[in-house]
Amino acid sequence: MRTRAQIRLLEDGRRVHLHDGPIDLIIEAFGETNEINAAYRSAADRFVNVLDELCGELTFLRQATRAPDPLPSGVIAKRMVAAVAPHCERTFITPMAAVAGAVAEEILGAMTAAARLSRAYVNNGGDIALHLAPGQHFVVGMVEKKGCPSLFATATLDSAQPVRGIATSGRHGRSFSLGIADAVTVLADRAAMADAAATIIANAVDLPGHPLVVRVPARSLSPDSDLGDLLVTQGVGELSSDELTAALDAGAAVARSLLASGLIRSAALHLRRDTRVVGRQNHRLLSVGETQRVRSSIHA
Amino acid sequence: MLEDDAIRCDACPVLCYIRPGRTGACDRYANDNGQLIRIDPHVVLDRAVSRGDSVVPFLDRDREWDGSIVTGPENFVTAIGAGTTYPDYKPAPFIISSTVQGVDMVTVVTEGIFSYCGVKVKIDTDRHLGPETSLVRAQGEPVGHVTTSEYGSQMLSLGGVRHLTGGSRKEGTVTCETLLNLCDRRPVELSIDGGATVMVQAGKPPVVDGAQEERMRVGCGSATIGMFAKQWFGKVDEVVVVDDHITGVLSEHQAGKLLGVKETGIKIKGHRSTPGRYFRVAEPGTAWGGTNISDPLSILQNFNPKFAWPKLRLLMVSTTGEDHAYFELDEALRPVERDLPAVLSESVARIKENCEPALCTVLFMGGAGGSLRAGVTENPVRLTHSVRDALTRVTCGGAPVYVWPGGGITFMVDVSRMPEHAFGYVPTPALVAPIEFTLKIKDYEALGGYMDHVRSLDSIMDSKGRRRLSANPDNPWPLAPGKLPRSDE
Repeated sequence: MRTRAQIRLLEDGRRVHLHDGPIDLIIEAFGETNEINAAYRSAADRFVNVLDELCGELTFLRQATRAPDPLPSGVIAKRMVAAVAPHCERTFITPMAAVAGAVAEEILGAMTAAARLSRAYVNNGGDIALHLAPGQHFVVGMVEKKGCPSLFATATLDSAQPVRGIATSGRHGRSFSLGIADAVTVLADRAAMADAAATIIANAVDLPGHPLVVRVPARSLSPDSDLGDLLVTQGVGELSSDELTAALDAGAAVARSLLASGLIRSAALHLRRDTRVVGRQNHRLLSVGETQRVRSSIHA
Repeated sequence: MLEDDAIRCDACPVLCYIRPGRTGACDRYANDNGQLIRIDPHVVLDRAVSRGDSVVPFLDRDREWDGSIVTGPENFVTAIGAGTTYPDYKPAPFIISSTVQGVDMVTVVTEGIFSYCGVKVKIDTDRHLGPETSLVRAQGEPVGHVTTSEYGSQMLSLGGVRHLTGGSRKEGTVTCETLLNLCDRRPVELSIDGGATVMVQAGKPPVVDGAQEERMRVGCGSATIGMFAKQWFGKVDEVVVVDDHITGVLSEHQAGKLLGVKETGIKIKGHRSTPGRYFRVAEPGTAWGGTNISDPLSILQNFNPKFAWPKLRLLMVSTTGEDHAYFELDEALRPVERDLPAVLSESVARIKENCEPALCTVLFMGGAGGSLRAGVTENPVRLTHSVRDALTRVTCGGAPVYVWPGGGITFMVDVSRMPEHAFGYVPTPALVAPIEFTLKIKDYEALGGYMDHVRSLDSIMDSKGRRRLSANPDNPWPLAPGKLPRSDE
C-alpha cells in the first residue's frame, strides 16, 4: 500500500507534508543538512506503514478502555492505550483519543533515532511532538480563529522543561467533543499524553443538560464513531458570563487534577472570550491573560 | 449493513461509513447525495484564509503599488471555499504553514459565520399562495412566512435567526438545509399554511400545486383593456379579456368609452364590479386567464338584440395572450369562431410579448457580524465605516451586493449571480456565505487591517486547490477601477 501515502516537501523547502487517509503530518527537522535528510527519509519509511498498522486493530482501539484490558500488538496502539489508561477510571475514553499524539510521537521517534537533530517537530493536525536538544527552544502559538493571525497565547518551550507534547481539542476540531470548549491546549511530557488529556479536559468544559447546548448522538453523524451513542456537541447558543465561568471552572478542575497527578504540565482552556490557564507559570502561558485583556478592550 | 444512506468509503483502510452531507475521518472524502466525492486535499489552509473571515486584498507587498486594487487585474479571489464546494466543511485545528510573529507553529480553531441570514423569495404568480404572515414550511418544519405581495408576485421571507436557532433542532436543521438549497439554486418544495404547495428554484418558473407558471400576466383583464384599447379600436367591435381576477370588456370599460366604442349588447356572466369590470366569471383554474374555462363562450350570455348586430367582431383573449379566440356574430346574433385576422394577431402577440417569463428569484440576505469583521480588522466598526464611506467594496462570491443603510454590514445578493455551490453551512446551524471586502491597501492599513496577513495574488493563484471560474459577464468586475472608491489621500 506504499502508493497510497503522499509525501512531499512543502514550497518553503524546509518542511515535509506526509498524508495518508485521515493522517496529515507536517514535520520539520533542524540540524546539519545530511542529518535533516536522514531524518526525513526515516520519517517517510516509518510513515507508510502507520495507517495499515492502526487499521488492523481499529475495532479494539475504538472501544472504551478499561483497566485490565489486554494490550494491542502495534507499538503506536500500545502508546495510545498507555496514554488513555490513566483516565479510564474517571471517564469514558477510547484509545482513539490519543491517536494523533501517538502517531506524532512515533514519527518523531523515527527521525531522532536516525539522525542528530538540534530540534524537530511533528505536527499532526495541531497535536505536536517535539524534540529539543540541550539549550534549544521552540515558541508555540495559538490562534483564536482561522485566518486571524493574532495569537491569543504563546508558550516558549525550552529543553530544560519536560514538555515534549502539545495537543489541542475542542468542539471545532476534526473529532467530536462532548463539551463546549472552543479549544483546550495542553502541554505534557509526551504528545499522546497531551492528546488524551486535551480531549478529556475539553469534554469537561461543559454545562450538562443546558438547553442552549445542542447535542446529538455521535453515531447519528458518523455511524462508526468510537463515541457511539454518546451525545456530542453540535452547537452552543449565547451563554451568560456566569455560565461560561461555570463551564470553565468544571474544565479547570479536571485540568488541575491531571496536573496534580503529573499527567499534564499546563493547560489553556478557551471558551468564547475567556481563557483559563492551569499549570506552571514559567511556560509563559501566563501571557494569555494579558493578551486577552488587550483583545477584549479592542473588541469592546 | 449500512445504516440509512451512509456509504462506505474505501479510499483508505479506515473504511469510514459516511452519512449524506458529511465527510469521513479525513475530511477529504464526502457523501454527496449518496455519491462518494473527493474534496481537494490542500485547501484547508487557503480556504480558511479565503472563506471570508479574513478576506483581504491580495496585494504583493514586494511590488510597488500602482494604485490599482490588486496586483493582477485579471483575477479576483472570491471568498468561496477554494477547491472544495462541500457544504459540511468541518474545520480542523490545523497548522498555519509559515512562521507567524516569530512563532514556529500555530494551532487554529475556527468558527462558523452567518447565523443572522435568510432569503427573500419572489415568486412570479398571481395565484394565491397563502394569506400574508402564514407560516411557510419545508418538510413540515416552519422555515419562514408569507410577506407582502408585490406586483405580479408573491413574496416569501425565509430563514432568519429565529428559525435557525430559536426553535427545535429539527426546525433549525431544515431551515438551514432549505436556505442552502435555495441559495445553491436547487429546487425546494414549500407548503404554506392555509395555502398552496409551491416548488421554488432560483431562476426557474414556480410550480404551484403541480402547475407550472409560464408567464406573468401583463396586468389584470381590466388593465389589459386599458393598455390595448387604442390598438384595438377600429379593428374589432368588442374585446373580452378573460381573467380570474377581473375580466375586462372593451365597450363598457372607461377606456372604450373614451374612444367612443359603441355598445355591443354583450352580457357577461359573473359579478359586475364597475362598468366593464367583472369578478368571478368562472372558478379559478389553470385554463384561460387563470380560470377553469376552456370554452370562452361559456362566460357569455346571449347578446342583447337591441344593441348587437350581425357580423359584429369579437375578440376574446386571456391576460397572457396565450389563449385567444375570434368570433363574428351570425344573423341570429350567435358567435361563430373565425380565424384571427392579421390586424388582431399583432395585438395578441403584443400582450404575450409584454408578459415576462414567470420566475422564482432568490436574494440572500445576511449580516456580517462582529467576529467576521474582526477577521478583517482589529477594529471591526472601522470596517463598517469604511463600507459606508464607500472606501470598501463588498461582494459576495464576486457578485455585487446591496448594502442596507444604517448600522452593521447587512447585505443582499442575487444568488443567481454567484458561482455555483458558493454556500455552505456549519452545524450551529448557520449558513456559510462568501463575502469579500475590496479596498486599497492604504485604507486597509488605516482601518487596522492585518497587514502581516496580506498575501500576494500570485501566491494564491499558483497554489493548488483553486477553482478557477470565468467571471459572470452580467456582474460588474469587482475590481473595476472607475468604481473604486476614493481614498481620502
